Amino acid sequence: MSTHNPPATDSDNWQHLVFGELKRAGVEIIAYVPDAAHAVAIAAANDDPDTTAVSCTTEEEGVAICAGAHLGGKRAALLMQSSGVGNCINMLSLIAICRFPLLALVTMRGEWAEFNPWQSPMGQATEGSLKLMGVQCFRAEQTEDVAAQLGAASDTAFNGDQACALILGQRLIGRKKWLP
Amino acid sequence: MAPVKRLKRRETVAHLLEQRKDALVVTGLGAPGYDVMAAGDHDNNFYLWGAMGAAAMVGLGLALSQRKRPVLVFTGDGEQLMGMGGLATVAVTRPENLVLIVLNNEHYGETGMQRSHAGRGVDLVAVAAACGFANSRRITCAMELDELCVDMHRRVDAIYAEIMIEADEPTRVLPPRDGVFVKNRFRKSLGFATI
Repeated sequence: MSTHNPPATDSDNWQHLVFGELKRAGVEIIAYVPDAAHAVAIAAANDDPDTTAVSCTTEEEGVAICAGAHLGGKRAALLMQSSGVGNCINMLSLIAICRFPLLALVTMRGEWAEFNPWQSPMGQATEGSLKLMGVQCFRAEQTEDVAAQLGAASDTAFNGDQACALILGQRLIGRKKWLP
Repeated sequence: MAPVKRLKRRETVAHLLEQRKDALVVTGLGAPGYDVMAAGDHDNNFYLWGAMGAAAMVGLGLALSQRKRPVLVFTGDGEQLMGMGGLATVAVTRPENLVLIVLNNEHYGETGMQRSHAGRGVDLVAVAAACGFANSRRITCAMELDELCVDMHRRVDAIYAEIMIEADEPTRVLPPRDGVFVKNRFRKSLGFATI
């Protein structure tokens, strides 16, 4: 978004890895709630004729869309920000009780050099909330982690019908610039 | 204003499912699941027992992955109200094969028949139309129901169909609640193996 820094150092590279890795994992449906750190992947998903990109009003919709996609035999992924994890809690019971695979990519706020303290309560609870609902968490803190961790999360999810989240750390994403 | 005519939920759902052909079915939790189960269990039925608000979105994911088959979502007004944003998501995604069938008794039957927003003036047919559903309709008679039986197989536009039903509580007919079993059975019938 326009309020965001132009991607600095690491983010310049890592954002461009995500969509290709999702394609490599066989993902054909991408549900998302927009986030600046997912902007490159979201744009690529919308531009790719072989990918169905679904913009959601709230993240829990995306959880259920991923479940429905698996019922129909396609791989889906959910892109969201850490605040959205809180919106997903009860919907994750659908994933847990039916043992649906889930591949969620979560961009972090409220954990590293955060300017807006309103992001901190959910940011600090994000990984714990996911784990409480049975979602395995993988983390990437630097660009060289992203492809390997995304591959590990997608393999774990789709080969084992497991719920997995790749947490993309705020240090990887970089500082948000608020004022000129 | 004349009272709205109302159909009987069990007969209505059974009538639609008699003509399901190759349609895939998702139900919301509570009475719509009992109605679908009462019409006969089926490998291509997926029943939710929780995750309130999910039915239309599970249906959307399914519709996007099985585009050649109609996907019928049976749910209630209370469940759809909890997932109201999902109407906007379906409308902008435009899945041609998704049919949302909302059984509207204007009450939360499972929790003691409290009145829902649908019984307090919220018009979900108008909400769906405002979201962009080109095909949003209210059904109050057998003839309109028969039109839906035909239209649900057309796959030209997502459909929001709200069926006005009596606020009664027929005897529960419980669908299987082993989610892994129902999921694997559903996928197997489409040719997908388990892990």
